[in-house]
Amino acid sequence: MSDALIQATGLTKRFDDFVAVDGIDFEVRQGETFGFLGPNGAGKTSTMRMISAVSPITEGSLSVLGLNPATEGPRLRARLGIVPQENNLDEELTVRDNLYMYGRYFDIPKSELNDRIKELVEFVQLTEKIDAKVDALSGGMKRRVTIARGLINNPDLYILDEPTTGLDPQARHVLWDRLYRLKQRGITLIITTHYMDEAEQLCDRLVVMDKGKIVAEGSPQHLIEIYTPRDVVELRFPIGVLETLNGKIEELFDRTEILADRALIYTDDAERMMATVHEHGMEPETVLARRSTLEDVFLRLTGRTLVD
Amino acid sequence: MTTPLSVRVVEAELRTYRRTWRGSVFTGFLNPILYLLAMGVGLGTLVDENLSVGADGISYLAFIAPGLLVATAMQTGAGEGAWKVMAAVKWRQTWHATLATPVGVGSLALGQIYWSTLRVAMVSASFAVVMVLFGVASPPEALGAMVPAILVGAGMAAVTTAFTVRLQTDAPLAMYFRFVVIPMFLFSGVLFPITQLPAWLQPVAQATPVFHGVELARMIALGITPSVSPWISWFYLAAVLVVGTVLVIAPLRRRLTP
Ligand SMILES: Nc1ncnc2c1ncn2[C@@H]1O[C@H](COP(=O)(O)OP(=O)(O)OP(=O)(O)O)[C@@H](O)[C@H]1O
Ligand SMILES: [Mg+2]
Repeated sequence: MSDALIQATGLTKRFDDFVAVDGIDFEVRQGETFGFLGPNGAGKTSTMRMISAVSPITEGSLSVLGLNPATEGPRLRARLGIVPQENNLDEELTVRDNLYMYGRYFDIPKSELNDRIKELVEFVQLTEKIDAKVDALSGGMKRRVTIARGLINNPDLYILDEPTTGLDPQARHVLWDRLYRLKQRGITLIITTHYMDEAEQLCDRLVVMDKGKIVAEGSPQHLIEIYTPRDVVELRFPIGVLETLNGKIEELFDRTEILADRALIYTDDAERMMATVHEHGMEPETVLARRSTLEDVFLRLTGRTLVD
Repeated sequence: MTTPLSVRVVEAELRTYRRTWRGSVFTGFLNPILYLLAMGVGLGTLVDENLSVGADGISYLAFIAPGLLVATAMQTGAGEGAWKVMAAVKWRQTWHATLATPVGVGSLALGQIYWSTLRVAMVSASFAVVMVLFGVASPPEALGAMVPAILVGAGMAAVTTAFTVRLQTDAPLAMYFRFVVIPMFLFSGVLFPITQLPAWLQPVAQATPVFHGVELARMIALGITPSVSPWISWFYLAAVLVVGTVLVIAPLRRRLTP
């Protein structure tokens, strides 16, 4: 087989009758950062949990680091770093004790573990908090503890389920910076997110998931190129006005998305497009011209926004 | 040499325990002292003036000491399997984190039972020391009586854990303590022989692990001949432990690794 670290074919997860992951195929290669982008309920976590050997697959085949998660779970998990969607830290314990306990589950010798804990805490910039109870940390700090915890065993594959959800912009940028450093060290990363900027910043390749299926796959650049024109103009109208336009916008332009409060018009020539809008007597409240993003790709593919 | 997965779980628990060990060692000694003083000495003086509960010449204090040892182990075991487990599977979900490591559901369950057994052993040991100090048993007798006590405590930890991992809320735990654990303490031969119970209740008392543990502990510490064969009691206590442990695994797997 190829040099793929993960190979999934027809991967399916069902909870009773409900299909959470619906026969997806993907491959993750050594050293890349691979993303799963999708809205709530798309099946991202279910997929991560199958890869992490904490949830059995229902159908299809899955190989992770050349191992079968169903039969070689402990051996596989020994080589994975996992940052689950929920931190699941022991809030009563200190940062150090949380990392220590976790490290012992991997049977890391005590002296080595103590050094590793210091390094990791420094890496996530929590040195002053090492003996603070997790309880007393902010959300962003807790997330950083979880990030450090996931690295305790020097994983070959580092899996992060929504690493920055719920963090403020500054904390997100700190985390992105840390993840970027890991990536430069050559660690293979898997990230799920419903933030398109996160996916664009971090991922070499990604799949867009919706309702348990993969609807597109490629590098962020590639996806934007093939699914959307270069620019978007967002027209925001006073409440109620959009309805009275009666499909006029869709008639005038061939690539549009009409949302509740605004119309998106995709174009390669924003100026000419604006002229057309004015010629037809439409008076938007605000006009915003910007580059297309993965958000637009998602909108195009599913007719819905990522974060609602 | 790699450490067995279930032993890693015990080590992790020990790390948590470091935080509270002083308090728990203190209560480990204080509890038996208070119980033996109040019930053995205080109540015992009254009892001994009026009748003889055990075989001839055995004081009430000596009679209830092995019983209380077993009862304490039983309550410790039940405590280990209750709210702590609820927090680990539901509130704090720390076991979810554990299962993302090489530790699997089976090793986690086994490690937790080992740890509970260790806790029960600690509490039983301090109780045994107090028994010796009160002069109700010699050190070897007290040590011997610890064995059935630990077995009862471990079994109760397993059974209680098996109960807790099936719960969605902790409300039934309060009921469990009110209607199972406390009655077991009161009516299974710890404080008085079960022959004092109404006839229809006696078989119920005999079906509890505490009854069998107490019979064995009294045999070892006081030389009182048990009312059932000790082999039956040993086997029964071992069976409770094994069955309880097995019953933990399936619901835990369903719950934490769906
Ligand atoms: N244990 C479970 N039992 C039943 N249904 C489940 C279970 N876990 C997940 N699901 C369902 O599977 C679907 C996919 O869930 P999943 O958590 O994988 O989505 P997600 O993409 O991670 O979403 P989010 O962005 O909200 O984290 C959801 O509809 C969810 O309700
Ligand atoms: Mg999720």
